[in-house]
Amino acid sequence: MKKLIAAIATVAVVSSVYAEMTVDEIVNKANEASYYAGNDGSASVEIKIVDKSGSERTREFSLLRMNVDGGNQKFYVYFKKPADLYKQVFLVWKETGEGKNDSRWMWLPALNLKREIAPGDKRTSFVGSDFVYEDVSGRNLNDDTHELIETTETQYVVKNTPKDPDSVEFAHYTVWIDKATFLPRKAEYFDKNGKHYRTVEATKVETIQGFPTVVESVVYDLNTGGKTINTFREIEYDIGLKESIFTERFLRRPPREVTR
Amino acid sequence: MANSSFKFQVSSFISALLLTSGAHALDTELHGFAETRAGARTQNDPSQDQMGLGEARLQLDALTYFDAAELQVRADLLYDALADDPEKINLDNGDGFIDLREFNLLFTPIDWADMKVGRQILTWGTGDLLFINDLFPKDWNSFMLGRDEEYLKAPSDAIYASFFPAIGSIDVAYMPQMDADRYVDGSRLSYWSPMAQEITGTEFNARERDGWFQDHELSARFYRPLLSWEGSLYGYHGFWKSPVGMDLAEGEAYFPRLNVWGASAKGSVGNGLANVELGYYDSREQTDATQMVPNDEFRWLMGYEREIAKDLTAGVQYYLEWMMDHDDYEQDYNALFGSTAAARDEFRHVLTLRLTKMLMNQNLVVGLFTFYSPSDNDAYFRPVATYKVNDHWTVSANGNFFVGEHDHTFFGQMRKNSNVNLGLRYSF
Repeated sequence: MKKLIAAIATVAVVSSVYAEMTVDEIVNKANEASYYAGNDGSASVEIKIVDKSGSERTREFSLLRMNVDGGNQKFYVYFKKPADLYKQVFLVWKETGEGKNDSRWMWLPALNLKREIAPGDKRTSFVGSDFVYEDVSGRNLNDDTHELIETTETQYVVKNTPKDPDSVEFAHYTVWIDKATFLPRKAEYFDKNGKHYRTVEATKVETIQGFPTVVESVVYDLNTGGKTINTFREIEYDIGLKESIFTERFLRRPPREVTR
Repeated sequence: MANSSFKFQVSSFISALLLTSGAHALDTELHGFAETRAGARTQNDPSQDQMGLGEARLQLDALTYFDAAELQVRADLLYDALADDPEKINLDNGDGFIDLREFNLLFTPIDWADMKVGRQILTWGTGDLLFINDLFPKDWNSFMLGRDEEYLKAPSDAIYASFFPAIGSIDVAYMPQMDADRYVDGSRLSYWSPMAQEITGTEFNARERDGWFQDHELSARFYRPLLSWEGSLYGYHGFWKSPVGMDLAEGEAYFPRLNVWGASAKGSVGNGLANVELGYYDSREQTDATQMVPNDEFRWLMGYEREIAKDLTAGVQYYLEWMMDHDDYEQDYNALFGSTAAARDEFRHVLTLRLTKMLMNQNLVVGLFTFYSPSDNDAYFRPVATYKVNDHWTVSANGNFFVGEHDHTFFGQMRKNSNVNLGLRYSF
């Protein structure tokens, strides 16, 4: 009996904690859990792009990420496959400030050339996959209004509507966020006609160094019938990266952290 | 002399290949591609083959990691149907069946410096296919004949040191022997001859700058963040990279001495990227009774690039060459080549436009780069389409089209060299 009361009390307390969370707190925590785990991290990533007919293209790269001031981040992407991208580096300084653009560079080793990439539409494909650039680096929370439309036993369901609808291809998207880990487990995108055309799913989650981490995610393009599977391996957090790695010096001389 | 240094290069290259191929324990990565490329002239030029390109190449790219250094070897083995003598190898100008692109050792002697010693590709500056302060060698033949754009950069044999003090970054490149451009010499591309006052395919050999530690070049750059931009200062001490000087006694083209001083800045403006770069070309020799050399020039470029629609990027540039003491030049020129000979203008203005569109999940890239000079009234169009069939196979088609009102202008003189090409590449 005591146990039951305790259990009821616990549920009551826990649900009241949940109830007290505003939608902004939920999306903030989800953003933290998805993109900011640890002070820095590394992973080796495989992207498998499968078209409707089943033919596959593969990209493999090493990824370094570091959190810097004000929610800004730096990313270092060192390509290993396919062969025509081998040794190319994609460097991103992500800026979350109002009206700021991310800075992005490609390093082209055959030309010994650092080429800055013009700030672009963040909804364009990342390396030819069904993931868009924004899926990889995170969409700015201030770009959408968020609405908690449902709370299930294990998940929050949040509807996100863009403040500037002309800047994106979707009319809104709905995200299912785990209560326990705050990791988004599924997102469904709807176009201007209300048609569901795109799904992103976190298909495998593991806890690494105490951080719940998505180790496999899949995006389905329901219009083309294609999908992309993103697999993360050798994930490590808090490896003590120096910020200088994210500069031209280390484009010219990729660090062993990525070439290994 | 040249032969012995060549032997040395080949033997050390082969030993490096053996070393890298036999040393898996040291962690070696071997990649590369096999490519075949064929091209045809779209004009008839009696002095040139109608075939512009006909070649098959195998590029091997071996990178070996040692504890404290990395050894990079990258070489092209080439079958060229148009080569006069494929066995006559010249690693400086790329003639023959082997073109050694890279052969260098990269290491970090102290925490705040990196060194790269050996054959390497070097690039800097802010222009897009326009170069002011990048005085590293270019291969204009490859560029205009329609090889892959990476072949525009010819290798340098250099000691390249980078220093990273707190105030910024410093790069110094020392080339003990001059690395000239792989310039247009009439063998594959026809050009304007001021002597003959016509377009000609007559092959000429310029006097080489091949004295070690005498005909040397020094390039340096200092760069650092400038607010949210990147600012750079440049200096160069060496030679005009193409043989623009004329030894009148010998009747021989040569590479006159040159210093260049310049600066650039690059950063974002609105939703695009802007760049500005300038340089002063201090031509260190004088035209006199024995030689004709270019005058000093001031060069300037500015550019802006942005995405104008989804997966469509546009870049525009304005470029200026301003010759100093133009009156003197005109007098000298007309005294030498005749009063009706067409001398260069004081100002050469060039506008460029690059359009790049990605289609089919970025597997198809189509682009057009256009140079247009309103002062010379000539233009150069470079359309290109590249399709990635899968993770290994790529097909590409490109064209190089030159038009001009006059035969003596920069692009106008190339008008008989217009060509189209088709390439097939397997990368591994």
